[in-house]
Amino acid sequence: MRSTKLFLSAFVVSTMITAGANATTFVYCSEGSPEGFDSALYTAGTTFDASSRNIYNRLVEFEPGTTKIIPGLAESWSVSDDGLEYTFNLREGVKFHTTDYFTPSRTLNADDVVFSFKRQLDKEHPWHQYTAGTAWEYFNGMSMPDLLKDVVKVNDNTVKFVLNRQEAPMIANLGMDFASILSKEYADQLEAAGNKEDLNQKPVGTGPFKFQDYQKDAVIRYQAHEPYWRGKAAIDNLIFAITPDASVRHQRLAAGECQLNPYPNPADLDAIRADANLKLPEQEGLNVGYLAYNTQLAPFDNPKVRKALNMAINKQAILDAVFQGAGKAAKNPIPPTIWSYNDAITDDPYDPAAAKKMLADEGVTGLKMKIWAMPVQRPYNPNARRMAELIQADFKEVGVDVEIVSYEWGEYLKRSREVERDGAVLLGWTGDNGDPDNFLAVLLGCDAVGGSNRAQWCNDEFEALIQKAKVVSDPAERTKLYEEAQEVFKREAPWATIAHSVVFKAMNNNVEGFKIDPFGGHAFYGVDLKQ
Amino acid sequence: MTDTVATAPDMDTRKTGRLALLSEFWSYFSENRGAVVGLWFFVFICLIAIFAGVIAPHSPTEQFRDALLVPPVWQEGGSWDYILGTDPVGRDMLSRLIYGSRFSLFIGIIVVSLALAVGIAVGLFAGFMGGRADTIIMRIMDIILSFPSLLLALALVAILGPSLINAMIAIAIVQQPHYVRLTRAAVLTERSKDYVTAAKVAGVRPLRLMFHTILPNCLAPLIVQAALSFSTAILDAAALGFLGMGAQPPTPEWGTMLAEAREFILRAWWVVTLPGIAILMTVLAINLMGDGLRDALDPKLRRT
Amino acid sequence: MFFYFLRRFGVLVPTFFGVTIASFAFIRLLPGDPVLLMAGERGLTPERHAELLKQFGFDRPLWQQYLDYFFGIFQGDLGNSLVTKKPVLEEFFTLFPATLELSLCAIVFAMVFGITAGVVAAVKRGSWFDQSIMGTALVGYSMPIFWWGLLLIILFSGILKWTPVSGRISLIYFFPQVTGFMLIDSLLSGQKGAFTSAVSHLILPTIVLGTIPLAVIARQTRSAMLEVLGEDYVRTARAKGLAPSRVVGLHALRNALIPVITTIGLQVGVLLGGAILTETIFSWPGVGKWMVDSIFRRDYPSVQGGLLLIAVIVMIVNLIVDLLYGLVNPKIRHTGG
Repeated sequence: MRSTKLFLSAFVVSTMITAGANATTFVYCSEGSPEGFDSALYTAGTTFDASSRNIYNRLVEFEPGTTKIIPGLAESWSVSDDGLEYTFNLREGVKFHTTDYFTPSRTLNADDVVFSFKRQLDKEHPWHQYTAGTAWEYFNGMSMPDLLKDVVKVNDNTVKFVLNRQEAPMIANLGMDFASILSKEYADQLEAAGNKEDLNQKPVGTGPFKFQDYQKDAVIRYQAHEPYWRGKAAIDNLIFAITPDASVRHQRLAAGECQLNPYPNPADLDAIRADANLKLPEQEGLNVGYLAYNTQLAPFDNPKVRKALNMAINKQAILDAVFQGAGKAAKNPIPPTIWSYNDAITDDPYDPAAAKKMLADEGVTGLKMKIWAMPVQRPYNPNARRMAELIQADFKEVGVDVEIVSYEWGEYLKRSREVERDGAVLLGWTGDNGDPDNFLAVLLGCDAVGGSNRAQWCNDEFEALIQKAKVVSDPAERTKLYEEAQEVFKREAPWATIAHSVVFKAMNNNVEGFKIDPFGGHAFYGVDLKQ
Repeated sequence: MTDTVATAPDMDTRKTGRLALLSEFWSYFSENRGAVVGLWFFVFICLIAIFAGVIAPHSPTEQFRDALLVPPVWQEGGSWDYILGTDPVGRDMLSRLIYGSRFSLFIGIIVVSLALAVGIAVGLFAGFMGGRADTIIMRIMDIILSFPSLLLALALVAILGPSLINAMIAIAIVQQPHYVRLTRAAVLTERSKDYVTAAKVAGVRPLRLMFHTILPNCLAPLIVQAALSFSTAILDAAALGFLGMGAQPPTPEWGTMLAEAREFILRAWWVVTLPGIAILMTVLAINLMGDGLRDALDPKLRRT
Repeated sequence: MFFYFLRRFGVLVPTFFGVTIASFAFIRLLPGDPVLLMAGERGLTPERHAELLKQFGFDRPLWQQYLDYFFGIFQGDLGNSLVTKKPVLEEFFTLFPATLELSLCAIVFAMVFGITAGVVAAVKRGSWFDQSIMGTALVGYSMPIFWWGLLLIILFSGILKWTPVSGRISLIYFFPQVTGFMLIDSLLSGQKGAFTSAVSHLILPTIVLGTIPLAVIARQTRSAMLEVLGEDYVRTARAKGLAPSRVVGLHALRNALIPVITTIGLQVGVLLGGAILTETIFSWPGVGKWMVDSIFRRDYPSVQGGLLLIAVIVMIVNLIVDLLYGLVNPKIRHTGG
């Protein structure tokens, strides 16, 4: 019964596609399968592309192509004087998607917002455990359960967020994918029908595209949401062609089987540039790859030793061999796309002779050390093994013997946290909300020692600066504090900052209006195909 | 006192008998031209592996930073410094391929000796003991055989951790059942034969009976199987390397080299093509030899 | 015959138990903690870690987990994937048709070309033709298929542009998956060009996956044919003046096929193993690639369920082959097994 209905509706749709000659169909060669379509359950960008970034909206959103916050489903908001209450006024008349499986009877209201957050916050909420293994990873990862006291409906169009403590990056957090707004009416319907799991398989949102069909590991199909509150998308049919292999993605793009390849292979960049039908815009990614010394163990507790080693690393060679040109040397712990990036800082020069001398001056000779190389490919480090080999060769030049070690990824993450860890760790970080706090406090704060602070570095001066910046709400003042913190970081050198990835998006020449998202997302509202 | 009767004929006849057997074997083996070619090529690879340090123009892991992805010498931009070009971090392909032969042979030898030694022991034991021990052993072998070998090896390596050694152990485990089954079947047929009964009656101890009397009589199929699994081991190890679960970079193992170079498939054909050819040629040579061995050792097929 | 069947089946039961234990044990032995993997660079507090372990049931004693798993199997419950949170059984069977379709095409391809080549080689034994066919077969048999697949893609998709690069069908076609077999579904959809598109997507993966079985079948057919051709009744038929093609076609081939069919049955494991590599290279949405991904992601329930299901499939196919063989060759039934 259900399958026949599906069959029929799919058939109708398919004939529509072939019939509507003027319909614009955009094919995106996505790099992987989404884990599901309820973005709050997951943390992977691939899943967000397939869900939150095209199907849903948030109260506040990031202006496409920037880390700047703009109004989304909330038209405006205000913060109480004590900084503990955020009140949002919702946009009126926002329509949810009408699909084969759901027809909304009302527009967006405060219930939807309260539902979307309370299901993550409230352990007793009927939707807190709606599918096997629900973990609300991002919500928890951003410490929202500690931060958020309650989400309250004031009236149909007003919602209030009550916080336990002041937190300047709060608004930016609400622009993140886990904060997407779902339909409570749809959830109620699913609950009544007894198939709650469909919330994650057949999504309904307010965003520019509505979900149509998903063939596992192969294709996802979407259609434009006609009454989208920002106006209908230029693309009528959006197709995600799941193509995990990078060289295959390139070949599909070159063959015209798809219009956009989100992650071209560094090796293929020249071929793409040479192809008259393709273009290749680029931007620095919101990430940093680093080598974190264990600053609690001798001789790495000596900033001069760390500095000397930093000077021994030939970053240019790494950029060439590991990033194949898809990287920029990093001098600060935050990427240049984030506000407060301190461009006045100069990087340590590559100078093996001086480095060798510095080491000798500090009485360090015949040093043997370990470098940890991650077993996986990440945007901030496409090939940690190769990077480690290069650094190994560089350090040998200054008389330091390096042994490269690696562990299975989960184990690697765990062991690298340990305060007693032996060796310097190659790792990195991709920003969540575009706030400097999301890098500096998370990766270098004293609270994070024994956790995500892989350098195990706790510096009073640095800590005072970032703690102050957390509670100040004036952006100009925060910027100043963070700029100063970066100076302290450079002087103390707990890491060797290696690189920020440069993100390339390979696309057909007829693609218009695609903006590279600093958060690494792929949103197709505003994109069109030139005829 | 009595055990000399059945097992140890006069030394002289034994020696000449062996020589005669060997020359007979060679005459059958050399009848198969492919096998001889395979043998020579295999010897060639062995020599390369042994003398890799002398032949290879460069170190397999030295990175020439100013020579990334240099094409082979006959292509435009190639240079005699790097006859078969360089890889993405500037290592000499020829040297890596030469050293790679060591790993492939090493993999084959270790896997075959492991699988052979354990397989024969377990097979002899199962065949000889019979009863419950036999049933349990054979069921375990059935379980191993129920999984596709590559999948099983992959899962095993995932457990043991990706490395060349673990890949070899995994492949040896996966190949185990073939040896166990062969040995056991041979033991079962030989056991009922007269000479074994005679030896038993004469009071030969079981262990001696197993290794001295029965084993030599079922060597032929085992040797053929060993040749077969030598090549399978190389292929499987390369496949594991290709999936990122075999030898880890910068080890110049051919499968791993292929996996590392895969992204350059369009830009630098040599980094992808050459390791593949190396694998193919080596495996082919061993399989040619294996065919020859089978023809020479298997009297049934010899007639046709 | 019935008793033979019972006996064969009886052997399967303990093997099945063993397989459930093996698939369960495998994954528990995997180092690495799925909860930590999920958290990534961000990490999580020890309390949260314990909470999640409890939620997934990983905190309970192993034997309890095993019993739950074992009894779950009989209710069709293999647990839920940690990644997609969907039932493993459902995940497996949405992807299995793709693997089955590819494997069937590969085996048909291998049979058609393998048997033909084997027969021709046997008939023209010792000729230049025989030698080159057998030489080629040996090359195919020695082929690292992951490399072979890459070469074919470069040549046919990259340079010649004859075949599509990857996937199961061109994206312009959209129709419901009734059977899960793209060839059948595309015909059912009635859309122009859909079937051709599905076929063109299948060609390269079929060749790659079929290469080794093809080589094995060709070699097996040739030696089986040679044996049969040397037997008395064939010589008699020849002497009676039957046309050579009739002798080969009717008498010899029929008898030679028995061992060949066994060989084909035994290729199922090889095919499923090869599917892992082929699917990885061609982005083919099947169970082989899914298994590899699941192993890498430490998706415990998926790996354990997938291993079990694949092993059961191999066991069933082997049983069928055994029974068929027992049917045509009565001698087997009475000897041990």
